[in-house]
Amino acid sequence: MSQFYMVIDVAKCHDCNNCFMACKDEHVGNDWPGYTAAQPRHGQRWMNIQRRERGQYNRNDVAFLAMPCQHCENAPCEKAGNGAVTRRADGIVMIDMEKAKGNEALAKSCPYGAIYYNEEIKCSQKCTGCAHLLDSKEWTPKQPRCSHTCPTGAMQYFNITPAEMEKKIKEEGLQAYKAELGTQPRVLYKNLQKFTKNFIAAGVLVKGDCFENATVTLKGAGVDATQKTNFFGDFKFDGLENGEYTLEVDAAGKKASCQVTIKDESKNLGYIQL
Amino acid sequence: MTGEKRLTNSTTGGPVFVDVKDGKIVRIVPMDLREEDAASWEIEARGQTFSPPRKATITPVTAAQKSLIYSPKRLLYPMKRVDFDPDGERNCENRGISGYERISWEEALDIVSKEMIRIKREHGPAAILSTASSHHLWGNVGYRFSTLFRFMNLAGFTYADHNPDSWEGWHWGGMHTWGFSWRLGNPPQYDLLEDGLKHTETIIFWSSDPEVNNGIYSAFESTPRRFWLKELGVKMIFIDPYFNHSAGLFADKWFSPRLGTDAALAAGIAYVWITEGLYDKEYVETRTQGFEQWKAYILGGEDGIPKTPEWAANETRIPAREIKALAREWGTTRTTLAAGGLGGWGGACRSATGNEWSRFMICLAAMQGLGKPGRNIWSTTQGAPCDETFYFPGYAEGGIACDTGNSAAGYEFANRMFANARPSSNPINSPSGQHIPRLRIPEAILEGQLEWRGKGFCGSAIEAQFQKYEYPAPGYPRIQMYYRYGGSFIGTMTETNRYVKMYQTDKLPFAVNQSIWFEGEAQFADIILPACTNFERWDISEFANCSGYIPHTYSQCNHRIISLQAKCIEPLGESKSDYEIFAELSKRLGLWEAFTDGGKTELDWVKQVFHATDLPKGITWEEFLEKGYYVVPNKPKGSPSTPAMQWFAEGRKKDTPDWGPMPHDQVAMEGLQTTSGKIEFESSSLKRFDPNDAERSPVAKYVQSWEGHHSPSYNRFPLQVVSPHPRFSFHTMGDLKGSWLNEIRDHRVLKEDGHRYWIIRINTQDAAARGIKQHDLVKVFNDRGEVIMAAQITERIPSGTVHSYESCADYQALGKPGESPDRAGCINLLTPKRFMTKNSYGMASNSCLVQIEKWEE
Repeated sequence: MSQFYMVIDVAKCHDCNNCFMACKDEHVGNDWPGYTAAQPRHGQRWMNIQRRERGQYNRNDVAFLAMPCQHCENAPCEKAGNGAVTRRADGIVMIDMEKAKGNEALAKSCPYGAIYYNEEIKCSQKCTGCAHLLDSKEWTPKQPRCSHTCPTGAMQYFNITPAEMEKKIKEEGLQAYKAELGTQPRVLYKNLQKFTKNFIAAGVLVKGDCFENATVTLKGAGVDATQKTNFFGDFKFDGLENGEYTLEVDAAGKKASCQVTIKDESKNLGYIQL
Repeated sequence: MTGEKRLTNSTTGGPVFVDVKDGKIVRIVPMDLREEDAASWEIEARGQTFSPPRKATITPVTAAQKSLIYSPKRLLYPMKRVDFDPDGERNCENRGISGYERISWEEALDIVSKEMIRIKREHGPAAILSTASSHHLWGNVGYRFSTLFRFMNLAGFTYADHNPDSWEGWHWGGMHTWGFSWRLGNPPQYDLLEDGLKHTETIIFWSSDPEVNNGIYSAFESTPRRFWLKELGVKMIFIDPYFNHSAGLFADKWFSPRLGTDAALAAGIAYVWITEGLYDKEYVETRTQGFEQWKAYILGGEDGIPKTPEWAANETRIPAREIKALAREWGTTRTTLAAGGLGGWGGACRSATGNEWSRFMICLAAMQGLGKPGRNIWSTTQGAPCDETFYFPGYAEGGIACDTGNSAAGYEFANRMFANARPSSNPINSPSGQHIPRLRIPEAILEGQLEWRGKGFCGSAIEAQFQKYEYPAPGYPRIQMYYRYGGSFIGTMTETNRYVKMYQTDKLPFAVNQSIWFEGEAQFADIILPACTNFERWDISEFANCSGYIPHTYSQCNHRIISLQAKCIEPLGESKSDYEIFAELSKRLGLWEAFTDGGKTELDWVKQVFHATDLPKGITWEEFLEKGYYVVPNKPKGSPSTPAMQWFAEGRKKDTPDWGPMPHDQVAMEGLQTTSGKIEFESSSLKRFDPNDAERSPVAKYVQSWEGHHSPSYNRFPLQVVSPHPRFSFHTMGDLKGSWLNEIRDHRVLKEDGHRYWIIRINTQDAAARGIKQHDLVKVFNDRGEVIMAAQITERIPSGTVHSYESCADYQALGKPGESPDRAGCINLLTPKRFMTKNSYGMASNSCLVQIEKWEE
C-alpha cells in the first residue's frame, strides 16, 4: 500500500519557519484524541530547523536542515516505548498518549532528538505527520501542515508505494540524514551535502584582474572534478568529504596548484594570483 | 474536521482560511484556490510556459497569528494608571513606573471624553495629538486611514504625520531625478515579470532581500519567479551589507559595501562604463538631461577626484578588480537592477546617504537604457500579470473616512464610497493646518517649538517636500493630550529614549493608548483602551493591496484575492473593535450620528465598501458572504503587455495604467514628471530649490555619511549598525507577547534567565576581539543609550559592521525608563534622530555607530 514520505530539499530552504509555525498552529492548544495531546505554547520543536554556516567572508553560504520526526522504519523509540509506540500501516510512527504516560526514557531514545517530554501531562510527544488531517476526508490539502505552508517547495509530502519511493530516491539522489544510525527514516533529503559536507572556493586573478573561464581541477578524497571560473573569477567545489585535495588552476596557460585540507570546515582560499 | 466551521480573513502576510469550533480558532491556513476560481496567468518566455501555483502564500507572522490573538499580553479590560487622577494629581513623571488598575469601560470612556471636551474648550481641537503606528492589523474598514481618521477628523486633532520611512531616499532624492511623486519616487513595475522572464540575463539585487520583506504584504508570492529566473540561467548578484536570505538561496556573487558607501560603489561602476564606453549613449542623449555635468563629476573634472574603482574600493572596501568585473558584467549583459525589495525601498535608502544612493540607482539604470527589454529597475516582487481595470481599493484609499487630503481616496474611492454622503476630512489635518512630524513628537512636547520642510508623505508634487512648516502652526495651540493608537515607536523610530522621556513629563498632561497588547508605549499611558484583532470583527480587503503611494500593489500577487474578513470569534475579554471604541466615545462627544452615519455597524460598512468597488461585477454580496473570497479574473489572454518605462525608452506616450503623471505635470501628455520630461542627471527641481545644498546637490554625488567611518566618533564607536525591517515579525507585530515567532532561532535567543533576547549579528573577528562567544549577552551602546542583546557570531557580515533588525515590540528598561539599558532589544534607542539631510526630514536609521562589549550584570 502507499506510504508516508517527506522529501526536504536543503537547497530550497531559507529558514522562513512557516513549517515550524504551521505545526504549532495545528498542535498548540488543540488536542487530537487518538493521535496526540496538545503541544505546550513554548518549548517543543516538532519541526526542528538547524542552521549551518559554511566558509568565510565573503565566499560563504548557509544551509538549513528542517527536521521533523523521521518516522523511521527501524525506530529506536519503538523499543523504548514498551508497546506505546507503533507504526501505522502507512508508516507513520505514533505514540499512544495513554500507554506512554510517565515514560521519560522514551523522549530520550530518539537519536534525532525529535521527541519531547511534556511535563504538564507527563507524556512524550512528537510530530504525527498530521495523521489526524491525513485521515480526514475534509482536509482537502491532503498533506501535513508543514509542507502545505512551505512557500519555496522545499518540503514535500508523498503518499506513494515503497517501489515508487525507491525510484525517486535513485533519480533525485535523496539521502537520509545520519543514515549511519540505520533507522531507515521516511523523511529524506535532497542536496543534503549543503548541510553535512564542505566546499572549497576561491577567486582566480590574472595580472590583478578577475579571470573568467580559467580551468580549475580538484582531486582527492574520491573527487576528480573540473570547473570554469565565472565572471568574477570565482569557483566553488561543493559536497566535499574530509581529506586532502590538490587544486590546479589553468588560466589561459598560466598555472598554479596547491594542497587543501578539509577537516569539518569549508574553505574560502581568497584569491589565487597568477 | 468535525464541528469546525471554515471562515475567511486576511492579514499583513496574506489571506487565510480560519477554522473555528466552539467559539475558538482551531487553525489558520493559507488559501488553496478551487477549480471554479479564476484561471491563473500564463507567461510564455524562452520556450517555456510559466504559471503560478494555485494557492496563496503566507508569512511566518501570519502562520503564527493564533498565538498573537490568544497572547498572554492581550489587553483584556480598560486600565488606569494607579496614581493618575484627572481631577487632581496626575503624577506624569511616574508614567512607565507606577502600574495600572482595572477600570470599567464607563469610567475609561468618561475620563477620555471629558478630557477631550475640556481640552477642546480650553485650547481648541488642535491641542489633541493623535497618530497610529505604521501598520495596523489588516482590513480596509478597520485600518488607520479609515476608522481612526473618520473619528479623529470628526473630533478634531493634530496628526503626527508619518515620514515615508520605507521610501526615504527615493522620496527625498530619487523623486528629483525622475519624478513619480505619486509613488514617492519609487519605480513603477507593470508587466516586468514577463519582461524579465523573456529578456533579462543578469539581476543585481542591491539592498534587496525579497525573501524577507516580500515586496510588501505579499508573502512569498514572488518566490517561484526567482526560482524560474534562476533555472533560466539568469545570474543573480547581491549587494547588501549582510549576506541576506535571498542571497542565501540565489546569489552567484555577494558584495558587502561598507555602510553608507553604496553611492561610491555606484560612482566607481559609472567610471568604468564611461571610460570603457559600456553604456547606452543614444538613450542618454535622447532620454536624459544633465549627463555631461554628472560625467564631469564622475571623471573628477569637478572636484579633482576621478571616481575610479580604486577610489571606490577605498570607500567601500570592495576590491577595485571586483568593481570592474561587476561593471563589465552589468554593462555587457541585459541587466535588471533590483534596487530595494519592492522596486524602490531598501535599507540603503534609510540612511544619511540614502538620497544619493537612490539617485545613483536611477542614473546607473538610465545609462543602461532603463525601460528597454530586460533592462529596468525591477525587484521581482511586483509586475505579475493582472487586471488593473477591476477596481478594489487599497487600505490607503481611505476606507470609511475617505479623507481625500490624507489618503489616496481622491483618486477614485471617495466618489464611489460617498457619492451621496460626506467623506470625513479636517482642515487642521491639511497643509494649512497644524502638524508634527512623528520623528519630532518628543521635541514638540518637550521643547514646544519646531521647524521643518514637507508634510508627511509628500506625494502631490515634486515641490511639496520643500514647503516649510512650523509647530505650533500660527495661531494653533500646543499639544495637551496624546491619543496614541498602537505603541511601536520606541522600537521603530530613531533615538527613541526621547519618546520615553517625553511621556515622563507634565508637559504632556494626558496620554491615552488604544492597543491590542500591553507592550512598548502602552506602559506609558494614563488610560489604556483595549482593542481587539481583526479576527474579532468584520472587515474586507485585498491581498497586499495598500494602493495609495504604491498604486496597483496587488501585482505582487499571483492571484488577486479579495477576502471577506469574517468576525471569527467574539472579542477576547472586554476588548472591543476600534470602531466600537470610537462609537462609544462619539456618544459622549455628541458625534455618534455623524461617526456611525446613523448607526452603521462594521458589517454595514463592509457591505458599503463591497458595493463601492467592482466586486458586484463578479459576485453578489450574498455569495461573497457565503464563500468569503473572490479571485479577480485576469485580463483576457492575448491582452497587450505594457512593461513599465518601455513607453519612455521608446519615446511613446505612457501606456501603463499608472496614476501619474498628472496632465499638468507633462507637456502634451508626454514624458516624465520632471521639468524636462526626462531622467535628470542634473535635477531641475533641486536646482531651483537650492543649487548650493551640498548635502543634496542638483547633480547626484557621493556624500560622506555624517555618521560613518569618517566621523569623529568612529574612534569610540567603531561598529556600523545595519538595522533592516525584521524578518519574522512584521515590524512589531508578532514579536514577544508570547508569540511562537520568539522560538525561531534566528529571531530571539532564550537564555538561562528565561528571557528571550533580541539578536545582534557580529563578525567572527569582531566577536573574538571582544571575547564574545556565540549567544553571549552583549551591551550594544553609544552616547544615545544601551541595549542588551544576544550575539550571533557569523561570517554573513564583514568585520566592522553589525546587523540587528529594527522593530522590537517591547521596551524593558533595567532601571529608570529612558536612562537605563533596555533588554527587550530596541536597536532604535541607538539610531540617530538627525534627519537624512537638513532639507530631507527622513530617518537615517542605517547611519549608526556603536560599540559592543560583553554584558555582565
